[in-house]
Amino acid sequence: MDWYPLYNSLRIAAVSTILIFFLGIVCAYYVAKLPRLVKGVLDVVLTLPLVLPPTVVGYFLLRLLGPKRVVGLWFLETFDVRLTMVWYSAIFASAVVAFPLMYRTARGAFESFDETLAQSAQTLGLSNTWIFWRVRMPCCKQGILAGTVLAFARALGEYGATAMIAGYTPGKTATISTTVYQLWRTGDDETAMQWVLVNLAISAVVLLTVNMMERRDRAVRSRRKGAAA
Amino acid sequence: MSLFVDIFKDFGSFQLNVSFESPSGVLGLLGASGCGKSMTLRCIAGIVKPDRGRIVLQGRTLFDSERHIDLPPQQRRVGLLFQNYALFPNLTVEQNLLAGMCREKDRAAKQKRLAELLERFYLTGLERRRPAQLSGGQQQRVALGRILAGDPEVLLLDEPFSALDSYLRWQLELEMMEVLERFGKPVVLVTHSRDEVVRLCQTVCVLDQGRSSPTHSVQELFDAPKTVAACLLSGCKNLSRANPTPDGGIEALDWGVTLTCEQPLPAGLTHVGVRAHFLHPVETPGPNVIPCSVERVIDNLFSTIVMLSTPGGNQGHSLLRLELDKERWAALGNPKTLLLRMEPHDLLLLTS
Repeated sequence: MDWYPLYNSLRIAAVSTILIFFLGIVCAYYVAKLPRLVKGVLDVVLTLPLVLPPTVVGYFLLRLLGPKRVVGLWFLETFDVRLTMVWYSAIFASAVVAFPLMYRTARGAFESFDETLAQSAQTLGLSNTWIFWRVRMPCCKQGILAGTVLAFARALGEYGATAMIAGYTPGKTATISTTVYQLWRTGDDETAMQWVLVNLAISAVVLLTVNMMERRDRAVRSRRKGAAA
Repeated sequence: MSLFVDIFKDFGSFQLNVSFESPSGVLGLLGASGCGKSMTLRCIAGIVKPDRGRIVLQGRTLFDSERHIDLPPQQRRVGLLFQNYALFPNLTVEQNLLAGMCREKDRAAKQKRLAELLERFYLTGLERRRPAQLSGGQQQRVALGRILAGDPEVLLLDEPFSALDSYLRWQLELEMMEVLERFGKPVVLVTHSRDEVVRLCQTVCVLDQGRSSPTHSVQELFDAPKTVAACLLSGCKNLSRANPTPDGGIEALDWGVTLTCEQPLPAGLTHVGVRAHFLHPVETPGPNVIPCSVERVIDNLFSTIVMLSTPGGNQGHSLLRLELDKERWAALGNPKTLLLRMEPHDLLLLTS
């Protein structure tokens, strides 16, 4: 069996998860501080990719990144780099589709953070950077980790937008999900089944990880409550 | 050298309008819950920005709306003890204390001060614990130590004993007294407990629905409160609406009697009050004697509380509360009616 789709899927998911991780945290942190109305509007915009059909996301991406479109043309002319139909095109697709998962879980974590901790740190003379890295992030660790894992899982399973922007070229842009479809279409039931099993295994591991983190989080919280009472 | 505060902030449904000056020593900010006490502390610490006003600490201007000065909390050197202590849950006791010393750069000095604080606040042996593994009292000690580690110019205490049970509360109050005595700089203690004010404070400022009244000594608050809010907070429960009469007396509307008093009446008199232990049962009617009937007798730990209806009625403020030693009440022989005399100099003359 050719393992290229697994390798390709993993690297696409990994790169897009790293992108989403920072972008999601930055957005979550600043949106949580905004006034209600602006927050509501931005929230809709940033969450939209979660509910839109992936083909619609693919359509928008092609309109933007296609070789004859604004961004795509500029990249082609300036750097001689194509943004579509290459392996890293799929990064754009999976990053956009998985971003809301990271953003929403991180925002939930930031919003449940006890602001008096940050305030007391400020009165102690601690810088806002110190507070962010030493108090806010560690306190929101569970939520942020859960968001990261969910985003990774979603990025790994991306199909629709990926198929549109990266296509299916064996050994080049093939991912697990596009390979399964291709094998099914060409009637190679047995190989398709193998890839399905690989996919199932990865998803199960991811969900187990999330569950374990949630359980540990609950245990920590109830321990804290117990000590406080 | 002192703390001067004069601030105004509009919250829409609620306006904060506070001004006081505190010399070194402990100033009590006394008020019912939701009257803006904690908000005042947050304004002083720089967490909340007032709409206008001025805050000056030991000669340094922390906030001045006219001169556009608004120091960030990091530069104010204000030690604020939060009601929930706000310890960093992810850091150990030692790390929490060290976080309070972020202005100190010398590592040896830090370690020395850490050792001192651990010993002074009975935290030796708990260095590696996290806040969740500490008792409420230990948490407060860590929080207090963390604040004092940064050598603040003023100490703001936000209901420091509210999160503790009554046994621990007393223990920590004793420790707090020692801390306050050693501190030697201005302290503001926010509380709704008159007992804490009496025991811990030298001066007191009463806050009523966001508005502060002039500061006075603690003794003054309990001997002669000037306003209804101050009177209630000082623990006086007998209060009647009142009108001045032409001959210098007071018509107590809720009690349905007219009283004479010795002091000149303040302008804008609205209420008259008398403390439960300044009501004296007497044999014969006379001036300032109110005929009452007994409505309810309540046994307290060391005294008997008697609720009495007055000529003004038997509900709400018309009721009088009399508090007597158990023996004295027993000596009266469980009467159905009672004549109560209020000495003219014991009457509290109040404005709203």
